[in-house]
Amino acid sequence: MTAAAAQLDVMVPSACVLKQVTKETPDTFTLTVARENGNGENAFAPGQFSMLWVFGVGELPISISGDPSRHEELVYTVRSVGKATHALVSQKPGTEIGVRGPFGNGWPFAAARGHDVIIVAGGIGLAPLRPMIYEVFRNRAEYGRLVILYGARSPRELLYRKELAAWARQPETQVLVTVDYGGIGWHGHVGVVTTLFKYARLHPARSVAMICGPEIMMRFVTRQLQEHGLQEQNIYLSMERNMKCAAGFCGHCQYGKHFICKDGPVFSYAEIGQLLDKYEL
Amino acid sequence: MATRAQTPRAPRKKREPSPTRTSPRVNAELTSKGNGSQPKPNSGNASGKAAPVSKSVRTNQRPALITPEQFEKLIATLITDGFDVIGPCVRDGAITYEPVKSVRDLPAGWGDEQEPARYRLKKSDSPAFFAYSLGAQSWKPYLHPAEVRLFAGEKQDSAFHILNNEDTARSRVFLGVRACELAAIQSQDRVLLGDKYRDPIYAARRESAFIIAVQCSHAAATCFCSSLGTGPKVSDGFDLLLSELVDKDGHRFVIEAGTDRGMGLLARLDAKPSPEADLAAVESAVASARQQQRKLDTTGLKEFLYENFDHPHWDKVAARCLSCANCTMACPTCFCTTVDDATDVTGTHAERWRRWDSCFTQSFSYIHGGSVRTSAKARYRQWMTHKLAAWIDQFGSSGCVGCGRCITWCPAAIDLTEEVRAMREGGVRADA
Amino acid sequence: MQTLERIIEEHPFFEGLDHGFMDLVLGCATNVRFGKDTYIFKEGDTANTFYLIRQGNVALEIFAPQRKPIIVATLGEGEILGWSWLLPPYHWKFHAHVLQDTRAIALDGKCLRKKCEENHDLGYEVLKRFAGIVAQRLESTRFQLLDVFSAQK
Repeated sequence: MTAAAAQLDVMVPSACVLKQVTKETPDTFTLTVARENGNGENAFAPGQFSMLWVFGVGELPISISGDPSRHEELVYTVRSVGKATHALVSQKPGTEIGVRGPFGNGWPFAAARGHDVIIVAGGIGLAPLRPMIYEVFRNRAEYGRLVILYGARSPRELLYRKELAAWARQPETQVLVTVDYGGIGWHGHVGVVTTLFKYARLHPARSVAMICGPEIMMRFVTRQLQEHGLQEQNIYLSMERNMKCAAGFCGHCQYGKHFICKDGPVFSYAEIGQLLDKYEL
Repeated sequence: MATRAQTPRAPRKKREPSPTRTSPRVNAELTSKGNGSQPKPNSGNASGKAAPVSKSVRTNQRPALITPEQFEKLIATLITDGFDVIGPCVRDGAITYEPVKSVRDLPAGWGDEQEPARYRLKKSDSPAFFAYSLGAQSWKPYLHPAEVRLFAGEKQDSAFHILNNEDTARSRVFLGVRACELAAIQSQDRVLLGDKYRDPIYAARRESAFIIAVQCSHAAATCFCSSLGTGPKVSDGFDLLLSELVDKDGHRFVIEAGTDRGMGLLARLDAKPSPEADLAAVESAVASARQQQRKLDTTGLKEFLYENFDHPHWDKVAARCLSCANCTMACPTCFCTTVDDATDVTGTHAERWRRWDSCFTQSFSYIHGGSVRTSAKARYRQWMTHKLAAWIDQFGSSGCVGCGRCITWCPAAIDLTEEVRAMREGGVRADA
Repeated sequence: MQTLERIIEEHPFFEGLDHGFMDLVLGCATNVRFGKDTYIFKEGDTANTFYLIRQGNVALEIFAPQRKPIIVATLGEGEILGWSWLLPPYHWKFHAHVLQDTRAIALDGKCLRKKCEENHDLGYEVLKRFAGIVAQRLESTRFQLLDVFSAQK
C-alpha cells in the first residue's frame, strides 16, 4: 500500500468478515476477524489497537488481543458495557465489521528483549497484554523470566483461564492470579493485584514491567514496582481516553501534551508519571 | 448583548466537477502548506512532522498599485477561472465570510467594534472594503467544515461496501485573510496535514484554496496578534497580498504576489508599480495596528501553565465560564471533532458524519463509566492549557494566534489575556 | 528448635529485633500444621495466637445467611495471620479456612502480650510491626472496596 493510499484510508474502515465470537466471561467476548490481506504488510505490534465499526451503530477503539505472528486474522477481546460494544459482540459470525488501524505505538518489546518481563494486568487489561505474552513465548530465548500478575473482580470474570494455566507450566514463567471477591470453589488468591507482589520472584534491576488495567490499579501497581526498585523508564502503562479518530485529528484523547492515539497508548512512567495523579486532567 | 457568532452555512455540495482540477489558469504549484513561491518537490508532505512553515521567497516583482476597478477585475477573473470567491460581507449584523460576486458585495465603509462579550458594526463614509478588523467567524468552516460526511456505506446481507466519497468542494478564493488568520490556517495545517496522518478532506480544500491576504490598518480592542508573533503584518502564506489605502490620493490597493500563481494572476491586471510613498503608508498603518493591541505575556507561559494545574484561579474562571463552547467554535485553530453514525430507516444505508466538537462539553472526555472532566474548571483549564502550552509541545507553536475571537464571543466576557495575567499575579482578580 | 529459630530470625516481620527480644519471642513459638479444609480459628473464638505462614494458603472468610461464605483475603507463604490476640476483647473476627495444607509457626499471643506489658520496649517493637501489617491490609481493603473492575461505576 502506498503512503498516499494509506492516508486516504485512515478515516474509512475496511470491511472484514467476523469469523468467530467466543464468550470469555458473562460480559466479555473474543472476536476473530479475517484480515483483508494476510501478507504481513499490515502487521501489528503487541499493544496496538484498531477502531472497530458496527455498520451504522458506532465505532470503538479496541485493543488487539491476538497473536502478532498470525497474519490471517485479527483477534479482539471486547467487554460489552454500552450500546456499541453490545452491538459489536452480538454480531453473527459471517457478518462484516469495519476495521481501521492498527493504531498506536504498542508495548516496547524490542527494548524489553534481554530483560525479565513483568506483566501486570487487571480485568480486561489482560487483553492488550496477551499479544506481548505471545511475543515472549514465540521468541523465548530473547527474554529472561516472564512474570504475569493478573487480578480480576471474581473468578468468573477471569479472562483466558486455560491459557493462564498453560503459561504457568512453561519454564522460566510465573503466573499469579488473584480476585477481589472469592467464593466457594475458588482456591486461589483473594485480594487486590498488588497483594501478589510478595509471591512474585522479581529481579527488578533486569526487569521491564508492562501494566494495563483501571487507572487506580495502575497507580497502585506502579508504586509497588517502584518500591521493588524498578526504574521509571522501565515501567510501561497502557492508557485509555475518549477517542473518535485514532489519527490525532479529533482531539479527544489528549492526556496532557500527549495524544493517546498516536503517541500512546503505551507510555513509560517516566513520560506520564507526573500526570497520573492529576484529577480531571 | 453581543451578536452571537454563527457558523457559516455548510458549503454547498454541487455535483459539478472542480474546475481547478482540470483547467485552472492560475493553478501553478501550491504546496500543501501554501507557503511558498518556490516549487516544492514534495508538495504532498506525505509523512513525518511538518516542517515549520518557512518564509515565502518573495518574487522579484515590485509591489503594484491597483484601483478599485482593477480589484473588481481581479474578482471577476478568479470567478471566470472557476473559483468560488469567498470574502467579507455584512450578514446578521456581523462581518461574515461569504461567497461574493463583485466588490459591491464587500462591506464598504463598515467597521467593527469588538470588546469582551461585545461586537458591533459601525458604518462610515469611507469607501474602504476592509475597514473592519476581522470576521466574526474565521476561514475555518471552509477548510475544516463544521460538519462533513466521512463516508457512506451500503449493506447487503452480512456484507457492506463503502461508497466512494469524493470531495465535491469547489476550489475557493479566500479574499481578505488577515495575518492572524493565515497563522491559524498554518496552525491547522500542522495538525491536520503535518503529523503522522493526513486528513484528506482538509487537504483537498487546503490545496485548492487561493489566498488573498489583506494587511491590517488598525486593530480591534480584542486583538493581540503581536504578542503571539502572528501579525499584524502579513509576511508569508498568501498567493496575493492586498494593502488598502484610502486618503487624499483616493482609494487604491498595494498588491504583491507571494506565489507563482499569484504572480500569474497579477500579470493579467496590467497593474502599475506602486509608488514608494504608498509602501511607506502601508508600513505605517501596520505599525499603528501593532500599537493598538492588548498584550499577552507569553514568556515562559507553557511552563507556567503546566506548573499551575492546581492554581486557585481556575476556580474563579470556572465560576464565570458557562461551558457554552463559543470560544472553541469561534477559535480559528480549535480542531476537535466528534463523529455521528446513522442509518436510514431500512438500516442498509449508513453514514458517518464528522462534526466540530468542543472540550467544553461533558461528553468530550467520556470513557466507560463517566466523563474525565466533569467540572467547568477542568474543561476551561484543558482548553487554555492546550491552546497556550500543550500545543507548543504537540505542533511546535502556540495554538493561539491572538485574533481575540474567544474574547469577543464569550458571553461571560472571559478574556484569556486577563486570565493569564490574573494567574501570573497570584490568582486575585481586581473584580473578584 | 534451631530451625524454628532461624526461620523466625530470617522472617522480615522480626527483622532488626534485638537478641534479647528474639529470645522472648522464641519462647512463645511452636511449629504447627493444618490440613486442607480445616479451620485454624473461627469467628468469635478467643484469640490467643498468631501465625507465621511457612507454606500453604489460608482464606479469611465471613458468612451471611443465605449466602456462600465470602473470602475477604487469602494469606500465603511468609504472611502473618491474625492480630485479634493483640487487642481486647481478644476474639477472632473471621474464619481462617485452610485452602491448601499449611505449615506455620504459631506464636502464643497470650504469653507475648504478657511480655509486652512487662517490657514496653518490646511492646513498642511488636505493635509497630503489627501496625505496618494492619496499614498494608487496610490499604488493600480500601483498594478492593473501590471495585475498580466493576462494569457499573
